[in-house]
Amino acid sequence: MNTRVNIAGVEFKNPVMEASGTFGSGMEYSEFVDLSKLGAVVTKGVANVPWPGNPTPRIAEVYGGMLNAIGLQNPGIDVFCERDIPFLKKYDTKIIVNVCGKTTEDYCAVVERLADEPIDMMEINISCPNVKEGGIAFGQDPKAVEAITREVKKYAKQPVIMKLSPNVTDITVMAKAAEAGGADALSLINTLTGMKIDIHRQKFAIANKTGGMSGPAVKPIAVRMVYQVANAVNLPIIGMGGICNGEDAIEMIMAGATAVSVGTANFMNPTATIDTIAGIEAYMKQYGIEDINSLVGLAKSF
Amino acid sequence: MKHKEIAEVLSQENIATDIYSMWLKCPLVAAEAKEGQFISLYCHDGSRILPRPISICEIDKENGSLRIVYRVAGKGTDEFSAYGEGEKIEILGPLGNGFTLQPEKSAMLMAGGIGIPPMVQTAKQLKAEGCKDINIVIGYRNAENFLVEELQKYGKVFIATEDGSVGTKGNVMDAIKANGLQADVIYACGPTPMLRAIKSYAIETGTEAWISMEEKMACGIGACLACVCKSKDIDHHTHVNNKRICKDGPVFNAMEVEL
Repeated sequence: MNTRVNIAGVEFKNPVMEASGTFGSGMEYSEFVDLSKLGAVVTKGVANVPWPGNPTPRIAEVYGGMLNAIGLQNPGIDVFCERDIPFLKKYDTKIIVNVCGKTTEDYCAVVERLADEPIDMMEINISCPNVKEGGIAFGQDPKAVEAITREVKKYAKQPVIMKLSPNVTDITVMAKAAEAGGADALSLINTLTGMKIDIHRQKFAIANKTGGMSGPAVKPIAVRMVYQVANAVNLPIIGMGGICNGEDAIEMIMAGATAVSVGTANFMNPTATIDTIAGIEAYMKQYGIEDINSLVGLAKSF
Repeated sequence: MKHKEIAEVLSQENIATDIYSMWLKCPLVAAEAKEGQFISLYCHDGSRILPRPISICEIDKENGSLRIVYRVAGKGTDEFSAYGEGEKIEILGPLGNGFTLQPEKSAMLMAGGIGIPPMVQTAKQLKAEGCKDINIVIGYRNAENFLVEELQKYGKVFIATEDGSVGTKGNVMDAIKANGLQADVIYACGPTPMLRAIKSYAIETGTEAWISMEEKMACGIGACLACVCKSKDIDHHTHVNNKRICKDGPVFNAMEVEL
């Protein structure tokens, strides 16, 4: 049975990664998960300089999901290259570095710095709802999406994944803009902007007032958007949003994703990534599926 | 090393209004647990996706079990409070750094409300390691207290109540003044205003103070960066003076963190 998938020329041993921001650079989860079993490790967003992130509380649970407004706390690209990349190179897995920035120049500085690093792909975060500058400001206007994609591509030596926001009227417009800008792949969805009010304390549950919603409750939205985007562009898609197990992953793959990311589920179960891989294999065995690629976008034929 | 383990409820008891004491059989986690650490408990109800971090009240290494004493503060802890003997619950632990005990020095354990439970194991272990001078100063809202008799086995207990119904009227700071207490080292757990007062006291008197902090957590192992606190020194993770309460803490030197 074949679980290998290829995205923009990069071959992954299986289609399971984890979603940026839920897994650090893998160090903490390596106590529970053999990182070499994963298709790839997608790092937490890294900027050109350290970012302290938002005030606490940064998270709140909601029914079937959670809100977060971490604010992209990260050590900056220098520490990241010295510490996190050598750590990940010890494992037999692909490395996808998530890149964040406040300005186009910030993004390009990180992408340029990563050009000669031994990483496999870059994921450009133009969809974080929790930072005032950058992030989503680039992800809600098709002209801005195309422009940032084109700029980043000038500096990138590795294939570029553009990470799209669901907080738009029509995500296919953004997907087409990223494709026009030269993106090699797309990942979706980032979190959905939400809010929770603590009625007993009469306060917002998180200090940032709004936060990005993730978790099992958002999966139907993510599946729908992956399906729409898969029908609109000719780019490989990494699908994410509420994936907790093999069945969820298969559903996302049928919707049109070539690979999937397990995000919030890591908090629900520290071995969610490898459990998802096992679940995919069990499904393939149950239905006699020889090649995972035969399931990609199968929903188009329903 | 941390473990994900299916724990079995050995017993559960309601020891005060909304306060429950639960013994869990969990040999892997219990074998490595120490005072001041915590465990995360996963709810059975899948709509509650995040594990609940709860401090360890007592450790029984011989029996491979742990005790938690917690307050019902929402739907998750309400679910736990209904568990009876034999119920299975998934846990992750032991998490965090815990207290580093200095049994050769006189100790003052200070805690308020639901910060009191971790003091049981802390006091028990200090006594076991030969600490000769253990004062335990604990604060409650009113006369309805819990864990007092157990703490009295390990040290001299001083109580403060907000309504003055038992012990000193006021908080733990009022109780140490009223009783003329002092010590070489303070081990503390409680609400932030209490920790802030302890830090001020520690600065004024030059007392070494270790405080256990809390914040909303998601992963519990240092990956998600939800539960940070401001630190005096650069943290080794992000280098932005943000320490992770779940991983670098929950116990910090009071001088190390901004409150």
